Amino acid sequence: MSFPWLTVIGTLPLLGAVALTLMPRGGVLPKQLALGVSVGTLVLTAVMGLQYSPRGGMQFEEEHEWIGAFGAHYALGVDGIGLTLVVMTAILTPLVIAASWNDGDEGRWSVNAFFAWMLALEGLALGVFAATDVFLFYVLFEATLVPIYFLLGGFGGVQRSYAAVKFLVFSLVGGLLMLAAVVGLYVVSAQAGTPTYLLSELSEITAGIDESTGRWLFLGFFVAFAVKAPMWPVHTWLPDAAAAGTPGTSVLLVSVLDKIGTFGMIRFCLELFPEASQWASPVVMVLAVVSIIYGALLAIGQDDIRRLIAYTSVSHFGFIVLGIFALTSQSASGATLYMFNHGMSTAALFLVTGFLITRHGSARISDFGGVEKVAPVLAGILLVAGLSSLSLPGLAPFVSEFLVLAGTFSVSVTAAVVATLGIVLAALYILLMYQRTMTGPLRADNATITDLRAREVAALAPILGLIIAFGFYPQALLDVINPAVERTLEQVGVTDPSPDVPLEALSQDEEASQ
Amino acid sequence: MNEFIAPTVEYAELSPLLIVLGAAVVGVTLEAFLPRRGRHRIQVVFTLVALVAALLATGWVAAGLDEVEGASGRGLIAAEGAIAVDGPSVFMWGVLLVFSIISVMLFAERRIEGGVSAFAGQAAALPGTEAEREASRQGIEHTEVFPLVLFAIGGMLLFPASNDLLTMFIALEVLSLPLYLLCGLARRRRLISQEAAMKYFLLGAFSSAFFVYGIALVYGYAGSFTLADIHAAVDNNTGSTNLLLAGMGLIAVGLLFKVSAAPFHAWTPDVYQGAPTPVTGFMAACTKLAAFGALLRVFYVAFGGAQWDWRPMIWVVAALTMAIGAVVALTQSDIKRMLAYSSIAHAGFLLVGFAGAYGGDGITSLQSVLFYLAAYGFSTIGAFAVVMLVRDPGGEATHLSRWAGLGKTSPLVAGVFAFFMLAFAGIPLTSGFTSKWTVFSAAWAGGAWPLVLLAVGMSAVAAYFYVRVIVLMFFSDPVVDGPTVSVPSLFTSSALVVAVVATVVLGILPGPVLDLAQQAGAFVR
Repeated sequence: MSFPWLTVIGTLPLLGAVALTLMPRGGVLPKQLALGVSVGTLVLTAVMGLQYSPRGGMQFEEEHEWIGAFGAHYALGVDGIGLTLVVMTAILTPLVIAASWNDGDEGRWSVNAFFAWMLALEGLALGVFAATDVFLFYVLFEATLVPIYFLLGGFGGVQRSYAAVKFLVFSLVGGLLMLAAVVGLYVVSAQAGTPTYLLSELSEITAGIDESTGRWLFLGFFVAFAVKAPMWPVHTWLPDAAAAGTPGTSVLLVSVLDKIGTFGMIRFCLELFPEASQWASPVVMVLAVVSIIYGALLAIGQDDIRRLIAYTSVSHFGFIVLGIFALTSQSASGATLYMFNHGMSTAALFLVTGFLITRHGSARISDFGGVEKVAPVLAGILLVAGLSSLSLPGLAPFVSEFLVLAGTFSVSVTAAVVATLGIVLAALYILLMYQRTMTGPLRADNATITDLRAREVAALAPILGLIIAFGFYPQALLDVINPAVERTLEQVGVTDPSPDVPLEALSQDEEASQ
Repeated sequence: MNEFIAPTVEYAELSPLLIVLGAAVVGVTLEAFLPRRGRHRIQVVFTLVALVAALLATGWVAAGLDEVEGASGRGLIAAEGAIAVDGPSVFMWGVLLVFSIISVMLFAERRIEGGVSAFAGQAAALPGTEAEREASRQGIEHTEVFPLVLFAIGGMLLFPASNDLLTMFIALEVLSLPLYLLCGLARRRRLISQEAAMKYFLLGAFSSAFFVYGIALVYGYAGSFTLADIHAAVDNNTGSTNLLLAGMGLIAVGLLFKVSAAPFHAWTPDVYQGAPTPVTGFMAACTKLAAFGALLRVFYVAFGGAQWDWRPMIWVVAALTMAIGAVVALTQSDIKRMLAYSSIAHAGFLLVGFAGAYGGDGITSLQSVLFYLAAYGFSTIGAFAVVMLVRDPGGEATHLSRWAGLGKTSPLVAGVFAFFMLAFAGIPLTSGFTSKWTVFSAAWAGGAWPLVLLAVGMSAVAAYFYVRVIVLMFFSDPVVDGPTVSVPSLFTSSALVVAVVATVVLGILPGPVLDLAQQAGAFVR
């Protein structure tokens, strides 16, 4: 039996969380332990990632029967899509912990609890991305609510209790709808023989499912993922949560947890319900485009920096969902790549603005002015992070956004054109925010803002490094993603539409050139 | 002249029942002959020993059950056709006895009341009189509660195992009468407690009357009290359908009253609030289990052939029960009343599993309901045990506002209670999730998917009020001179540990218990 990589990687942070709760409260030791555990997880993930062979399908698989009567298994495994997200989670957590070094000191509970919940969240999120059993996925999916709920409610701004409850209610409603679909899947699989929740066996069973059942089950899953992602019109919990949480919480929430939504769309909606996915594709694309534009417009109107970033995420998640449901290989690869890149770029934005907000004690854009004069490094990093968010060519998100739009164009020109407007609006909200806070004359009350310290730069530098590196060489990630995406689309049974160029036009062109 | 034929009674197979009822009788004599000092200790030990012996006997009976030829069940019909000792009966006996042992441990708790039990010193002394003060000064206790609870347990063991309607009625009365008394015996807030007992008694007597009338009508239809004969009559469609429908409806009223299903739930909040908290926990877990067992047996065995007649009714009742339980619980400000409405909501979820009436491959309705009852009982006894611990000078601090900030002052107790709340809400990795999953899947497999969707929606509503308690405990600031958390004796703490462990284990590894419920098989006629 091979080494259970995924179990070890997922369990390590959970054990770290338990250790933290048993340690003496306070002091610097819990922080160091948390950082150490998350770095250890990253190292293990890196070692595992190096053994991954891009064309090998599902890898590092583990499978044990869990609850026989339910057909539930403890089954883990990653393909290119899962691996990308596992790696993203493993990279972001230590950086978030380093950046949130002092954020847990003044919470409702001890600093141990803050970092313990973070590590617990990391462990559960890794499990979600690696689960290849629907039941296990559902259990972990719901279990992630608990740590994020306590992180939001215990450590953060004034509105934290309200935001935490709002988040929980939205997520629970979505999750329970998914529960209904999960129960339905059991019945479907039990009718086909022995009950099973293994993805590999389920996808064969659901391929022959009758049309209306498949569509209903699809909806159960899709709504839960849409709440998680979050898509318009069920996105309203995100701005409140982002405004109330600490920067680190927001990063874990938006960059890591929300990806479960889009990941679930690929892994479960597309793979289990191919017919229903094609059926729903036009509507979902419209919703995605609405999310893109709506999120961008609202971002422009925000005065709170954190809410602004939250709305940019609504817009960016629109791109990801658009890419997934356009059902072409470019757009789906782009969407997967975007999940990684959005994770990095949003993390950079949340963290650097978090430093800014902590220094001044206000999150309102109108309370800042000319900060670049006193904090040039901070301003520079904010600019790069912002430019990556607006998809400047040369930075990583550009490639993914381009792929999404290119893929969508071959399916629906209208959707692609309207979505492109989102990029224009992105330039507006990012640059306006930068201009109002950083440039211009220095406001008197901003003079006390200090520049970033070494720890803060150290937490941000790796993220910026990755954004620039993958901006120039996205192929490294795409090599891992593309085979997995192709396999998924094969299951859906779609092929890329051939370029629609009229033959006469071609021949006329040839004549003209002769 | 006919020769007298002595009835054969399978004493060995009925031993759990006989042990409990015999111990109850002995308990009454102990009460009469033992000196007051030391009576409490002896009664506690005696009751626990009797229950453990009955549990061991149940295990022994379960191991020896034979397969019934030509049916999917195991077991036998004992006592001249009066009692069915089959897989489901034995499963319920085992679970009931485990719950009873935990509950009796809570009954025995004396440390948190300053050396006396949670029951009135002298029930006959009027509240607020000199006699009451005198009794309390002397430290008098009612140790009759132990024989009483044994009688109630005996009735509960018999209730779901009854194979004819008359035995079932006797069992119903044997389990109810001691409960009426127990409800009125609270040491604190005696008026509320007596009011609860009075209400419970009047409404309970009323529902018993419905039940008896239903039995009479069904007898008129089938010409027999035995479930198997009624089944045969329903299958052969003899007699008047109107008699059958009316009889079924009236029997359903009696049973649905006991499981506190809407619209027969009105007694639940008052009784749960007024009764001494250990009794409330006992009722919430054990009465519900016994009554659901009887409900399933009557409707699956006797009226199985008429299921297209009664299923719509159960659908409506299930929907109503979930909705009323979940929605009204939102407005409660007393923790015991909230738990009462939560218990109504859970009765609704159980009815969803019942309504599926699915008996095919995979998880059957019977199996799912049995598993749900086992899982729910542990959490609910545990939750009421925590309620016992959070106290004001005047007794338990049951007003929700008093619980604010408990997470700060006593994180362990608040954490345990929060965990039970998460279990009630059905969050994964707790028993509440796996049990909800089983009843929903059985209901869906039986074609009741609209009910499953409604149940899922109601779970979301219910989750909101459970989470509200967690928010209150962990996210609010403690109230000034808030309640103190008493340190309980070994009895309550071990009961709590068992409840927590069971809730975790049934949430993560429900396999063994599910298999047990599966092996229980179907009812034997």
